[in-house]
Amino acid sequence: MSGAVITLSAVSKSFHRAGHKITALDSIDLTLQPGRVTGLIGPDGAGKTTLMRLVAGLLLPDKGAIRVLGIDALARPLEVQSSIGYMPQRFGLYEDLSVQENLELYADLQGVPVAQRAARFQKLMQMTSLSPFTRRLAGKLSGGMKQKLGLACTLVRSPRLLLLDEPTVGVDPLSRRELWQIVYRQVQEVGMGVLLSTAYLDEAERCDEVILMHQGKLLGQGTPAEFSRPVSGRIFQASAAGCSHRRLQEQLSRAPGVLDALIEGEAVRLVMETPGKPEPEALLPEQQNLQLTAVEPRFEDAFIARLKRPRDLGSMTLSLRKKVTANTDDEVIRVHNLQRRFGDFIAVNDISFSVRRGEIFGLLGANGAGKSTTFRMLCGLLPASSGELAVAGHDLRQAAASARGRIGYMAQKFSLYTSLSVIQNLRFFSSVYGLRGRQQKARLEWALTTFELEPFRDANAGDLPLGYKQRLSFAAALMHEPEILFLDEPTSGVDPLARREFWTRTNALAEAGVTVLVTTHFMEEANYCDRLVIMAEGEVLIEGTPLTMKASARTAENPDPTMEDAFIQLIEQRQAQQATA
Amino acid sequence: MRLLGMIHKESLQILRDPSSISIAFVLPVVLLFLFGYGVSLDAKLIPVGIVIEQPDTATQSLAGAFERSEFFQPYHFDSIQTAQQMLNERHIDGILWMRSNFSSNLLAGEEAPIGVIINGVDSNQANITQGYIQGTWLAWLSRYAESRGHSLPMPVSLEQRVWFNAALSSRLFLVPGLIAIIMTMIGSLLTALVVAREWERGTMEALMVTPLRIGELLAGKLIPYFALGMTGMLFSVALAVWQFEVPLRGSLWLLMVSSALFMLVALAIGMLISIVAKNQFVAGQLAIIVTFLPAFILSGFLFDINSMPEWVQLITHLVPARYFVAILQTLFLAGDVWPVVLSNMGALLIMLLFFFTLVWRKSHKHLE
Repeated sequence: MSGAVITLSAVSKSFHRAGHKITALDSIDLTLQPGRVTGLIGPDGAGKTTLMRLVAGLLLPDKGAIRVLGIDALARPLEVQSSIGYMPQRFGLYEDLSVQENLELYADLQGVPVAQRAARFQKLMQMTSLSPFTRRLAGKLSGGMKQKLGLACTLVRSPRLLLLDEPTVGVDPLSRRELWQIVYRQVQEVGMGVLLSTAYLDEAERCDEVILMHQGKLLGQGTPAEFSRPVSGRIFQASAAGCSHRRLQEQLSRAPGVLDALIEGEAVRLVMETPGKPEPEALLPEQQNLQLTAVEPRFEDAFIARLKRPRDLGSMTLSLRKKVTANTDDEVIRVHNLQRRFGDFIAVNDISFSVRRGEIFGLLGANGAGKSTTFRMLCGLLPASSGELAVAGHDLRQAAASARGRIGYMAQKFSLYTSLSVIQNLRFFSSVYGLRGRQQKARLEWALTTFELEPFRDANAGDLPLGYKQRLSFAAALMHEPEILFLDEPTSGVDPLARREFWTRTNALAEAGVTVLVTTHFMEEANYCDRLVIMAEGEVLIEGTPLTMKASARTAENPDPTMEDAFIQLIEQRQAQQATA
Repeated sequence: MRLLGMIHKESLQILRDPSSISIAFVLPVVLLFLFGYGVSLDAKLIPVGIVIEQPDTATQSLAGAFERSEFFQPYHFDSIQTAQQMLNERHIDGILWMRSNFSSNLLAGEEAPIGVIINGVDSNQANITQGYIQGTWLAWLSRYAESRGHSLPMPVSLEQRVWFNAALSSRLFLVPGLIAIIMTMIGSLLTALVVAREWERGTMEALMVTPLRIGELLAGKLIPYFALGMTGMLFSVALAVWQFEVPLRGSLWLLMVSSALFMLVALAIGMLISIVAKNQFVAGQLAIIVTFLPAFILSGFLFDINSMPEWVQLITHLVPARYFVAILQTLFLAGDVWPVVLSNMGALLIMLLFFFTLVWRKSHKHLE
């Protein structure tokens, strides 16, 4: 195995937290070749960051050997560190230093000769299109720019191996695309080896090679195509005239032979257990108009097929006692010329939209686009600077408690009491909404069964895995059976499997007539929404259905654009407008 | 190059961070002015009530002695009851009570006791007040006796001379002690905070994967903050000498050397705290409890160590500021008293070696 950039043999690592032993890595064997981008993919807690840190010599393994660029990483970590570049999840930029000063610091630390610096800096700044901002303080850059500067600092000495730990989390799609371009340029120009971890499954397809990890174990290594091969011929798009895509998805997910059913725009994407096109009648006997089209498998399909828990997700229906049966054309949420300023800074600039009953309505945008500010104003947590807003006919800031009782809110940072148990949390939240006695007991039972929290009944909320915290938080927001549900970044940091479960539940709620307003920075989640707005820099760029948005981005060279393509196109149009204005 | 890069970066951060500059320069000014002008441990113009039940020449003369004294601010009351009322309401700190038989007893050569009631809530203040009342009384008594032609039988005649701080001005010993407090703040609190901040913002992880050696990392932190601390120290000395007119009787170079020694101890403790506490809140709390409060209370800067209980005195030996305060007070007020300065510097040196070994052994380039 000469020339391998990373070799791990039987590496194990565990941590002790509050008396528990957590196995982060379980006997991992791994070889990485130079000159290609390897994606490290896995849900949260899979051990991705631990693996990165071990390779960077920041942690010592309990067992096993690690060689990086032919150097024993355990015996000579300093030597490893002089020849690799590592960008941690939150890259260490000094926010009170300027772009130039950050670069100089890392050039000093990495021992870049002074004579070479000017040329190298210029090249890096050009590559990251940060040249106009070299004198700006790093703290004053946008999220995407910070990430690019972080990458530039890591590349200041052109390392032979580049480790990137979730470099694209929370970064807007445009910067994300630029980051990928920079990485690939390094690979092509200097033959750098790149190991990159990510929680975005669509990024797996951009890698030359993928390593799939789950719960500290290595599940496989290969090209994205190799991963998708087992599911080829098993992926179909289903639609049925006269049947809502949600009901169809619900029915299909319970149909025989269906491994997974996922809403995609107006259609449903199916992953079958075996290859071959199924007969529509066999799948759904009562459904006459079912149309099935075979589609190309994606990495995500393979991921789901591989990791999906043997439990039947389809049985998971949310039984809401009272179905909201009012007219579906009612405007439940109305926002008109809404503005919010913080000093000179305009966080939300003159936005308008309205949401109808029973809709899933999305606010899509990168971090800092003004989604959360809009949300807080709608929930009555923040006063608007100007403009009108009404939720179920009320401005929640002035509304009586009864009006508030009709909404449910799930905050971005799951606001649970970490030192209370699951049942105590649920009991508290239900009593806050005035539930007591037999009614409360019934709702508690409902929450524990529907969200499968029964096994964790007495566990402290703080000790739950992230996915379960999200479930509990969701359950707490639903205790009083709200008509309108506000979900602020509900899937942020949650692994893809838990994200699917979450959307299945949200779909069921919408089907029952609950209006859902949701923010997200995952572009592909826009497909779950009925309608959405895309926000950037506090403004609404476009309002519409996922289908119309994608259609508007359709070009000759890109006949089947993704939501992300649509988003990037919108941003670029806007930038062009700003340039001419 | 790596070390220079670290120092350069750290200096830029210090210059841009308003909190470092204010701890190094604004805080000394505030503390010096507060303690130099605001706090006084001297007893001056103590409000006392004087109750004379039967006025005559002797009582007038005694009351006059109190009127003239620079230590007292007498108020006259007609009855002991009203005086006590005033004492209870804390308008006055003590009562001088001359009963109706005062003069006759005095003339008879018998004891002519005056009643003295002192508010003992603040025991320190009460002691001082009592001492001054006693002194004034005895002085008046001897003068009174002399004026009548016979001397008062006194076995010992007391002649007091106060050395080093003849005016007994508390400012003269508070201000040098303050320098120790200020340096503790810069050395321990500021250093602990900035290192914790690096952990919090994730910059530490990025530093650790560079070829930077652990020694360079430590030195890169120590050197700029050492410079900052010494600048703050010189600034405080200048203020002390020129603004507060505290004499510097010892030599400046010795002051510099001992300050440098103390600065290093403070920095080492700051480093140690930042190794234990990786977020700014905990680091700040820890630094205040472990370094700042002991330096304030147990160093002898404000409270006399000799009047503390035995076991507390033992604890003060663990407080580095204690040794430095002793050096400072000696160098400023007495001069280069070698035995005092050397023994205290020796103690600081031992502490320095201890803490640095600890820092060295505890720092490593791992995240665990």
